[in-house]
Amino acid sequence: MGADKQSVRLGELAHARSGDKGNTANIGVVANDDASYALLRAHLTDAAVADFLRGLGIGKVRRYELPRLRAFNFVIEKALGGGASRSLRLDTQGKALGVALLELCLSVPEGDRPVVPEDDCPTLPEDDCPTSAAEGRA
Amino acid sequence: MPAGTKPPIKIGNGAGFWGDNLDAPVRLAESGAVDVLTLEYLAELTLAILAHKRSRNPAAGFIDDFPGTLERLVPSLRAQEGLRIITNAGGLNPEACAVACGKVLEAAGMGELPIAVVRGDDVLDQLLEWQESGIALDHIETGEPLSAVADRMQSANVYLGARPITDSLDAGAQLVLTGRVADASLCLGPAAHQHRWSWTDYDLLAGASVAGHAIECGAQATGGLWHAWADLPDLAGIGYPIAEVASDGSSIITKPEGSGGAVTVGTVTEQLLYEIDDPARYRTPDVDVDFTTLSVAEQGPDRVEIQGATGRAPSDRLKLAIVYRDGWTATGSLGVVGRDAEKKARAAGALVLQRVARAGFTFAESLVECLGAGDIVPQVIRPRESPSEVILRVSVRHEDRAAVERFCRELAPLATSGPPGIVGYASGRPVPRPALGYWPALLPRSLVCPMVEINAASAWAAARVTQGPETCSLGGTV
Repeated sequence: MGADKQSVRLGELAHARSGDKGNTANIGVVANDDASYALLRAHLTDAAVADFLRGLGIGKVRRYELPRLRAFNFVIEKALGGGASRSLRLDTQGKALGVALLELCLSVPEGDRPVVPEDDCPTLPEDDCPTSAAEGRA
Repeated sequence: MPAGTKPPIKIGNGAGFWGDNLDAPVRLAESGAVDVLTLEYLAELTLAILAHKRSRNPAAGFIDDFPGTLERLVPSLRAQEGLRIITNAGGLNPEACAVACGKVLEAAGMGELPIAVVRGDDVLDQLLEWQESGIALDHIETGEPLSAVADRMQSANVYLGARPITDSLDAGAQLVLTGRVADASLCLGPAAHQHRWSWTDYDLLAGASVAGHAIECGAQATGGLWHAWADLPDLAGIGYPIAEVASDGSSIITKPEGSGGAVTVGTVTEQLLYEIDDPARYRTPDVDVDFTTLSVAEQGPDRVEIQGATGRAPSDRLKLAIVYRDGWTATGSLGVVGRDAEKKARAAGALVLQRVARAGFTFAESLVECLGAGDIVPQVIRPRESPSEVILRVSVRHEDRAAVERFCRELAPLATSGPPGIVGYASGRPVPRPALGYWPALLPRSLVCPMVEINAASAWAAARVTQGPETCSLGGTV
């Protein structure tokens, strides 16, 4: 990765809501506009989400596209430490996962990066963000 | 509107779970903006909690908040002759709920009001027999056979569909009490009643099911959980959602005029995605819904239209939710302050578990969380700086209650024998509570037999709840 990549926080491009079904969680991600949807379609892959949440010890992540709603649904297996009934965690129902996912920093081609007023993502490549770190640096 | 077509039916949902705002249903009814008031109370584990209550008292096992809510709804029922109320408050004991509601209405001089009770979802008594006859009730997610937990089952309820609700309304019921039904059925039932839909008009059934899904969690459709929450008007007086379901299956999602919150394309779209799996196949007992064909558009202030739902015939298997006893659990929390707060908290949590272990109890499952140090979404969201205070939260689970009891006594000694700067002992010892396991399975539809019984409120008030043999009166109309 070099100077042609930029980092953008998911929360600048979309909003999200999460919940549970048994030990499976889902995160609905709704893009703010068509350009953001296109960007997320390319970069917010099931692998990117799985990588961001890997510390939770999750299973498989499936991504579903809803282009007419400019939205995605991510279904995350084994996300909840046993589910609402069994998990010992404070957030047994995955309610925090949507808010957490909005902190994901996507590394996108510079030309694709939308102009956003405030951006909490570190500037690449000096201070890489976790997801792009996993992709490795050029 | 074509001749013979009825106007949209306005369905307001005044409760998204047991414990939701007590005033919301009353405000919705008093707004005069709804034909039907629904109240959705049953989360995945609620029925198991109700099973525990019923095991101690045969007249319990329903949502005991509901009769009090109904009492507050009496003025609206009096003033609005057409108002219908549909709720799954019946829980595990809809007859007992009907008796309590009948007493409320009779005391209010409304003893004539017809109350329908829908049963047939509670299949706990049949499960072992079905299992013996070779019906697989494997866990949907893990594939394990039910025999793993069959001796510990607390509740087993199949998700019924909308048809018994529609049948109840067709027969004149004004209050419909159910146990477990699919959440969207509370909305589809009255829509199918109003518009006389056939049960094979899958696109129409899909449309009303989508509307029901949008409003089932109450204020989550009207600004609850919204990321721009700080910009919403009067969040304290947030309006609960109304779905105006038209005869073509489209719907407008709105809220009472003058109420707080907002209904926007964003709030509705986000809620449509809430707790779904494959959006092309959202399964309900009545129809498999395709959300990918939906379009959502603003039609005016706080009015959002959902169109384009498509549906297919549902599966011949219905979802069955079994809840089983899974040992005991307890959680204790303390505040930790000062330099190295996180380090001290983690050490204190470990100390508690070590001391319980030296007393002879080890836990297969335990968890030490440092809230404030990044443990709410563990290993994902970390604070930027080392926190100067955290909440230490320690949780355990064990088959044996005595082990959990012992754990509960081990937090307080940290007051004098742990690291400095730990506070909060005055809130008392943690209390062991039963841990519950959730076992979703699929059941052949042909085994399920929903039943409707309609009586005047005064007749229910005089009824005695018995657990007599059940006969099927509506076979095959799940």
